[in-house]
Amino acid sequence: MIPRRYRVVHVWPELDDVMSMELAPLDGPSPQFKPGQFNMIYPFGVGEAAISISGDMTDPGRLIHTTRAVGAVSSAITGLTKGDMVGIRGPFGSHWPIEDQTGREIVFVAGGLGLPPLRPAIYHALQNRKDYDGLTIIHGARSPDTLVYPEELTEWKSRFDTEVDVTVDHALPGWTGRVGVVTTCLDRALAGMDAVNVSAFVCGPEVMMRFSAQSLIAAGVPCDRIWVSMERNMKCAIGFCGHCQYGPDFVCRDGPVFRYDKIARRLGLKEI
Amino acid sequence: MLVDHFIADGWRVIGPRAANGAIVYEPLRSGADLPKGLIDDQQPGSYRLTDGNPNRWFDYVVGPQNWKKWLFPAKQKLWSAEKTTDGFTVTAHEESYPKTVLFGVRPCDLSAIEILDSVFDNGDFTDTAYRERRQKTFIVTVQCARAASTCFCTSMRTGPRAKRGFDLALTELGESRDNAFLVESGSPDGDNVLTALDCPAPEKQHHDAAEKATQNAINDQSCHMPDDIRHLLRDNPEHPQWDDVADRCLSCANCTLACPTCFCSDVEDINDLSGDHTERWRSWDSCFSGAFSYIHGGSVRRSTKSRYRQWMTHKLSSWHDQFGTSGCVGCGRCIAWCPVGIDITAEAAVFAKDEE
Ligand SMILES: Cc1cc2nc3c(=O)[nH]c(=O)nc-3n(C[C@H](O)[C@H](O)[C@H](O)COP(=O)(O)OP(=O)(O)OC[C@H]3O[C@@H](n4cnc5c(N)ncnc54)[C@H](O)[C@@H]3O)c2cc1C
Ligand code: SF4
Ligand code: SF4
Ligand code: FES
Repeated sequence: MIPRRYRVVHVWPELDDVMSMELAPLDGPSPQFKPGQFNMIYPFGVGEAAISISGDMTDPGRLIHTTRAVGAVSSAITGLTKGDMVGIRGPFGSHWPIEDQTGREIVFVAGGLGLPPLRPAIYHALQNRKDYDGLTIIHGARSPDTLVYPEELTEWKSRFDTEVDVTVDHALPGWTGRVGVVTTCLDRALAGMDAVNVSAFVCGPEVMMRFSAQSLIAAGVPCDRIWVSMERNMKCAIGFCGHCQYGPDFVCRDGPVFRYDKIARRLGLKEI
Repeated sequence: MLVDHFIADGWRVIGPRAANGAIVYEPLRSGADLPKGLIDDQQPGSYRLTDGNPNRWFDYVVGPQNWKKWLFPAKQKLWSAEKTTDGFTVTAHEESYPKTVLFGVRPCDLSAIEILDSVFDNGDFTDTAYRERRQKTFIVTVQCARAASTCFCTSMRTGPRAKRGFDLALTELGESRDNAFLVESGSPDGDNVLTALDCPAPEKQHHDAAEKATQNAINDQSCHMPDDIRHLLRDNPEHPQWDDVADRCLSCANCTLACPTCFCSDVEDINDLSGDHTERWRSWDSCFSGAFSYIHGGSVRRSTKSRYRQWMTHKLSSWHDQFGTSGCVGCGRCIAWCPVGIDITAEAAVFAKDEE
């Protein structure tokens, strides 16, 4: 599969090492995507990286990605500027089944850069708020200056029908919000809910997802109503290269979004 | 000779030859290139070609190489891109694959090709270059009449006699200078070749002799894979045997390179000096390398233990979940070509024994 070309129409910084960009397709229309799916982004001559789609799925023509610079490819992506061209393969993978959770109380738990992959599902829940019994968004970051999408978090919080709970590991001067790990926020939020009616979508570092899932289960959320998104090395995204194997699953095809009960046993194992 | 028939008919014929003390699979100039009269002595960690019955054409079994290198090249170009004034253009790589006969494919290796077919056409995505090579390939299987001590196709149910998947299948009958071959067709293309060859129809004695050859190859086999290995490995990711084998394994990746079904690959972008032209290449990779499972912060599988567990569990267990079959065809290559002689069937036996 060869990349399709896109033009960078807009870039904006999110954090020191995190940048968002909007892309417009050059080789035919941008395909419809589902929340939680990802693209392989190719900056010319450097290589490809798996990056989740973080925009609104009702507007697939505006393809939005949020990327953290951690190595060669991701740094080339965050270094892109307006007018540059990139290659895209995708969308790939499974998705957050937010559309199937009507009538339920929705809880999003995002650790750090786990928020961008959840944002399309959050947009859907906000746009279709009346379809759901409740909507809670919990976001944890290392420190107040590393919260992702802070303006949007404030905007969502200002809605009367949405709970937004933000916490940081380390406060900075001037921070009046919560300090502590996301699971503390999660436990508090769950205390006021009918846990059996909760559907939870969790994205972040693997340990954070494991502990969040344990909190959810302990509160009584059914294990088949919890979803997590896994990360593994990816070279092809189409099931050929073998790199993303996670036990019997290929994260690129069977994942990245997994229903918790299907991988619960593996999440506890080291080096799988 | 059948090889010469194909060559005269314009086919590229890839078949067994002896080179540097081993059987390799390379283009044949004529039937005379076949390593007639040789047999292989294979043991855990060792492989040796010796003289056998000089009249026999196919008494050796599998060599260190395997056929996948022709269908799934060790290095292949996927596409290239050129810088332009306002960005770049991307061009898919077109390769010209000549119509090819794979001559002398053993039943286990035939199963391995069938497995690769399902890997590279996984329901969602098709590797079109692989499919094209496959469509242009004619397979002549040689049924086994002898097995090496490392073979265990019987317990993997992939041999020693193939019933389907080939275009033509040969069984070598008899020990004398003018010994006969039973030729069976397994496809319409095979039927056409059979018709063109115009050989006499086989008689009962030929079928009986073929049956005897197969029985001989079954009797030769001493390695076995436990029946329930799929579930044994799935249920025992923390078995102490993983530590035991990790103490011996060098994490050298020989087994994955020798294995006819290992399909993992890496990609690399290669730029020219100007930086205006770049190519994407795909090459074989192995789950025994550290970079294989790298994600920022470090490799997921840092220890040899976790890599050996990945390899063996993938081959014998999770492969069933992914592709509906075992990923091991019992060819024994990983046993013979392991520098420290780790025997996958012996490792498996430990899991089975502990379950009793
Ligand atoms: C499904 C999925 C969704 C992702 N979504 C995002 C996102 O929205 N935003 C974001 O910033 N990052 C995301 N990542 C992580 C991102 O893919 C890696 O940070 C990126 O591949 C690192 O490449 P690099 O060349 O910059 O880093 P290097 O450290 O130089 O990487 C070397 C190689 O290792 C592999 N690799 C390294 N880290 C990862 C990783 N975490 N995941 C997969 N492969 C890796 C890549 O193959 C890369 O070529 C996602 C990963 C996955 C699997
Ligand atoms: S695992 Fe070993 S015996 Fe099985 S197919 Fe691969 S190389 Fe052959
Ligand atoms: S055993 Fe390793 S190299 Fe072979 S197919 Fe499985 S993951 Fe790939
Ligand atoms: S990324 Fe290649 S198989 Fe999943």
